[in-house]
Parts: sequence; C-alpha cells; structure tokens
Amino acid sequence: MALDVREVPRKGGGPKAAPRPRREITTAFVVSRIAVLAVAAAILLYAVPPLVAAESWVSLALLGAVSAAIAYLYLTRRFIPAKYLVPGTVFLIAFQVFPVVYTVTTAFTNFGDGHRGDKAAAVTAIETGSVRQTPGSPEYAMTAALRGDELVFLLVDPKTKQVRLGDAKGLSPLAGAQVGTTGKVLAAPGLTVLKAPEAAARGQEISALAVPAGDGVIKANGLSRAVEGKAALVYDAGCDCVRGNGDTWMADESQGFFVNAKGEHLAQGWQVGVGLDNFARVLTNPTISGYFAGVFGWNLVFALASVLGTFALGMSVALALHHPRMRGTRFYRIALILPYAMPAFAMLLVWRDMFNRDFGLINQLLGANVDWLGETATARFGVILVNLWLGFPYMFLVTTGALQAIPRELTEAAAIDGATPWKAFRRVTLPLLLVALTPLLISSFAYNFNNFNAIALTTEGGPFPADNPQVGGTDLLITYTFRLAFGAGGAQFGFAAAVSVFIFTIVAVISAVAFRRTRKQEEVYA
Amino acid sequence: MKLALRHVFVLIVCAFALFPILFVVSAAINPMGTLASTDLLPTGASLVNFAHLLTSDSYPFGRWFFNSVFIALVASFASLLLSMLAAYAFSRMRFAGRRVGLLALLLIQMFPQFLAIVTIFMIFTRVTELYPAFGFNTVWGLMLLYLGGALGVNTWLMKGFLDTVPKELDEAATVDGATHAQIFWRVIMPLVTPILAVTALLAFIGTMSEFLMANVFLRDPESKTLAVGMYGMIAGDHRNANFGMFAAATLLTAIPTVSVFLWLQKYIVSGLTAGAVKG
Repeated sequence: MALDVREVPRKGGGPKAAPRPRREITTAFVVSRIAVLAVAAAILLYAVPPLVAAESWVSLALLGAVSAAIAYLYLTRRFIPAKYLVPGTVFLIAFQVFPVVYTVTTAFTNFGDGHRGDKAAAVTAIETGSVRQTPGSPEYAMTAALRGDELVFLLVDPKTKQVRLGDAKGLSPLAGAQVGTTGKVLAAPGLTVLKAPEAAARGQEISALAVPAGDGVIKANGLSRAVEGKAALVYDAGCDCVRGNGDTWMADESQGFFVNAKGEHLAQGWQVGVGLDNFARVLTNPTISGYFAGVFGWNLVFALASVLGTFALGMSVALALHHPRMRGTRFYRIALILPYAMPAFAMLLVWRDMFNRDFGLINQLLGANVDWLGETATARFGVILVNLWLGFPYMFLVTTGALQAIPRELTEAAAIDGATPWKAFRRVTLPLLLVALTPLLISSFAYNFNNFNAIALTTEGGPFPADNPQVGGTDLLITYTFRLAFGAGGAQFGFAAAVSVFIFTIVAVISAVAFRRTRKQEEVYA
Repeated sequence: MKLALRHVFVLIVCAFALFPILFVVSAAINPMGTLASTDLLPTGASLVNFAHLLTSDSYPFGRWFFNSVFIALVASFASLLLSMLAAYAFSRMRFAGRRVGLLALLLIQMFPQFLAIVTIFMIFTRVTELYPAFGFNTVWGLMLLYLGGALGVNTWLMKGFLDTVPKELDEAATVDGATHAQIFWRVIMPLVTPILAVTALLAFIGTMSEFLMANVFLRDPESKTLAVGMYGMIAGDHRNANFGMFAAATLLTAIPTVSVFLWLQKYIVSGLTAGAVKG
C-alpha cells in the first residue's frame, strides 16, 4: 500500500485523526516495484560502460545519483506527488532547463566565430595554421587512414620507402603495410585505408591534423602528399604571447585574443567571460536600441492579434457546433481541423505564394493587383491572416475539449432563470471556459511572441525600407535579433544569448502578470 | 441562436479553412506541376506529381513518411503519459512548490528555444560520441529531445480539465480503499478520455510539423522527417518546378493526421465527463 496524500489531515496539525487499517500488499504493488528497479538497472547497464570508457567521472557520478534517487523515490511510500512529477521532469531538466541555463551562461561570454574553443585550442590552431614548408625538407607520399574512429596518416619516405604511421602524438614505424606503385599505401593491418572520395569528404580533418616530427610538424598538402614544415607563429608560455613574422601578440584575457602593439589581433581567439558586455551592447548599440520600441510594439500587436483572433474564431465555431440538435458536426469538425492537419511549415510557404503580386491566388480571386507582402500595412495584415488560418483550429479543438467538461445543466439552468443566450454565455460558459483555457492563451501568446517560423517563412521580416536593410516592417524581436546575431557579421552566440535573455524577460513578465490575474479564478475550481 | 444561422456561420469558416487546401489539391493534380500554372480550381487531373514523388531517387518520400509517423506516434504517446501523470499531481495534490512548479513550467516554455539550439547541438554532439543509438540522425535522440517539452502546455491543458472533474470521485475511491495509483488508472484515466484524445491529436500534429529541431538533428537523407525532407524539396531553384510535387507531398503528409483525428473523433465528441458529474 502507498499512502494517499489525502490521508494526511488537510489542516496539518498532529498525527492522523483516524488511522485506517493497513492495506494488503498487492501483487500490483510488488510487480511495479520490481519494474522500477529493473528499469533503473537497465539504464545503468546501458549508460555506464561508454562513460567509463570516456573517463567522464562527473557524468558517471551524476547518473549514479539520479538513478539512486529515482529508485529510492519509487521504493518508498512517501513523496507521492514526486512519483507523478519526476518522469516528465527528468526530460524537462535534461533537454529544456539545462540548455536554457547553459544558454544564459553563454550570454556572459564571447562565444561565437573565432571564440569557439579554449586557449590551448586557439594556440594549436594558430601554430598549425601558420606552418610553412621548411626549404629542402622531404615530401612524403601520404595516405589517410582510420584507426578506429581516429584519423591517421600513413607516410612513405620517397628515398627509403619506409612506411611510418603519424598521429597527433608523433611518428611510429608501421610494419606489414602493402605499398602500391604510386607510393600510396593500399592496405595495412588494423587500419582502414580511406578511398579517394572518403578522404575528400574528410578534407578539413586531414588539413587540420599536424604530426609532430623533429622540431617541426608534418602536414598534409592536398590529399596524397605531406610535407614537413615549421610554424611561423609560436606560442611562448613565458611571456604568454605569440611570436613570429617579426611581431609579438600578447594574450588579452579580457577579449580572448592575442593582440599586438598596434591593437590588431590574430583571427583565432578563445572563449572568455565578458561580464555584462553583451547586455550592455543590446542596450547601447544604436541599431538595436533605436528600433527596439518600434519592433516591440508591432511584436505585441502581432502576438495579441494572433491569440485573440484565433481564440475568438475557434471558440465561436466550437460554440456554434456545441448544440444538441446540430447536424453534420462530424463533417464540420473534419473540415475545420484540416488547416491544422496540414504541415504548418509547408502551408506558410504556400500562403507566401498565394500573396504573390503577379500570379498569387489572392490577387487572382480579388481581381486586384496589390503587392501584399511589399507594403508594411498589407504585409502585417497578411501575416496575421496566415496565423489566424493556421491557429484557429487549435483553439477550436481545445475549446471543444473544454466545452465537454461544462455540464449542460448550467446553461440550461441559466436559461430557465431567464438569462438570454448571450448572458448565459457571458456569465456562465465563458468564465468556465477561461478557467481551463487561460493558461493556454498565455502560452499561446508566448509562442506567438516568438513565432519565428510564421515570419521567417512568409515575409522574412520584410518589406524593408530603402534606407534601412536591418529592420523590416513585419520583423519580430526574434527574427530581427536573429539576423543581427547570426547574420552577415558571423555567428555571435554569446550576443544572441544575451538578446534571447532580454526577450525571455519581456515575455516572462507579461505572462507572469497575466498569470497572477487568473489566480483567484483558478482557486474556485482547484 | 437559430440552427440555420449556426450552419451559415460554420460554413463560412469552413470556406476560409478550406480554400488554401483546395489550392494545394489543385497544384497537386495539375499535370504542369509548377507554381505559376496553378489556379484555385484544378485545371487538369493527373497523378503525375504523385508518381514523380513516389518514384523519385533524390527524395526518399516513403522513408521520410515512415520516420515522421513513427516519431509522432511514439513521442506523442509518451508525452501524453508523462504530462497526464504531472497534471494529476498538480490538480489533485497539494504540496510545497506546486504553484511555483506550475509557473516555472509555463515560464520555461517561453524561452525562445531555437536560440538554445547551439547548446542542444553541443549536448547531442557529446551524446553521439557516447551513445550513437541516441545521437544525431536517429529517431530516438530526436524523441528524447521532444519529450523535454512533454510537460508544459499539455500539462496545463490536462490540469485545466482535471480541475473540472469533481474531486468527490477520487475521494470516494479513497474511502473504498483505493491507492493513489489505482485512482489514477481506474478512476481518472477513463474520465479524461476526451482531453487525452485532444492532447494526443495536438501532440501528434505538433511532432509531425516540427521543423527547426529536426532540421538540426537529421542530416542523413534516410533519417529525415517529412518536414525536413520537404523543405529541401522546394529550396532554392527547385521552388517553382517542384511545386506540384511539393503540393502532392503536403497532401500525403496530412493523411496520418486526419486519420488520427478520425480515429479519436468519437472520444473528442462524447461528453464522458458530463456523465461523471451526474454520478
């Protein structure tokens, strides 16, 4: 037996008022406990070996702790709400909360193009990127091969015909290799020799691999030759700087770059914390803050119009069909649900074509020649209309679902008491509907506030005024900032993360306020 | 309201709902198969676009179709179960952190998720190294990702519905000696069939048309879903020429969703709860 939560007296104080006899331990109870243990054991058996192999001890400890906690949770009779909440929460934390938290921490860094890895990776990239062939050094016949998943080079010395294996650690002799007439290795024990197209597909990996040899490195030159060379730029740990080509670049930990006396930096940098810089940039960058108010205003209108429009239309048809003597409801329901059944991304593209000025369906039907998506006002009308079409079946469905839960007796009683249908709807049906649907309306608002697809697949933010290609007439904050963050300037993940924190804050505040207002309403039924 | 007026109103909305679909049908059976040659009403009837689609070497449509339906069925079933469990706890139990939990659910959902794509990409790069069966280009990995959003809107929808189911029912069961698990499976689940049906449909549709995540996740042509594959179909230069094929694919994609709807229709319509309230 497991204790039901309701056995605990509501008002809290003291031991249980009326102890009930202990229930028998049923078969279902035993079986469910065994099942829990079996699942936990299976997960551990499956997940542990790769973690051990990768020596990822923190993950291993985390996995062990979570499994133990879950096993404990389901083997005791306490924590009943948790038993119901944990399954979904595990997924929520792993794939929703953790990415969001990680993204927020990214907002305080300069992570992005040129700042992807750590400092050691940047030094390696700078050094290997600057390798030049040493005059007079030998040229090897090179064959790319795989040792397990690791890329290695098979190098044949042109003079001695000796075959050696090169990996990131250095050179080692290789016995038993079969060398072809061109000097390429055809086969070698324990290795998979890559064929030309396979090697071409790994071109980037091949050109990045540097095999230490003597005081230089061996690097690929094309896909079948390798040369020995020396790095023109060398990192010196003593001064924490990069020297070479007659210049010195000092490490600047605040920027994550090597900077020389003239203030120029090397292309490859590393990831550092930049504090609130990204947030400050959102607020002070004139291209961003200057248009913020305008975009924000339209963004609010778009989200509100989408939610209220779809709700009004969806609820109206649901109510119209919710009548005992209504015939053909089955047919109507199918017709009304069809827009929702169509793949949304495909229909967004279809709608874009329907709004086309020259051969679009809308102009054809109306006999007009309107450049719908070319003018701000009509483009805005257009995207709201498209969103209405896509969204109202959802509202129709959830309203239908919620209407099933409202007993007809209530409206019948109102009618007997002399209420007009409108009054009965206004005072009885609508409030009851809102109890169930307000949270959905709020989350629908949040969804539409950030409805990237609806804009990106139809207008792409446009139309753009001639003097400003950055901000379009239908741009939402999310499409606008996405273009700024990932656009022509290269990927700036840190900055983009800061922007999304701002957007999140705005939506969260609006929703939290709306949510508080529904609180009393909910408690009536909760 | 007069019945006739109801019919007129619903018919007008139906017309609005159906005309873009009619346009797609017209494009799908238009033998010319281009965007420029398509009108609202079909100008010809031929299955040539469907034939092209199903025999195409560059677009393994059948494979995409299977992937999509499989992912959508399994993911929506699992997410339904997860969110129903949570909704039951939120609606019927009072515990510390309940309100905070509900609010947190709503707020987490509001984070612009596609900006977390970089992070998700990095997480799954690691997962792919450790557990290839759940990494990129696998339906299971994508499913795990979708289950991350299982709580959230669905939970809210179900909780709203559960709140309107009278508590006296499970209190009566408790008095009769039922455990909380028995109440959940024997009392609550049968009563919430309508909302389960609605939510299942919503989850199925949401998964079928999900594009952004799948686009990051599935690179291998064989592992793609319909949304990812079809997007590639009219990308760039192919847009006008492949429109007929694209329209045909759009219609075929709608078939599983419409089937699920027809299958669940009777549960959606039958007012099981209304009966329970009387009891």
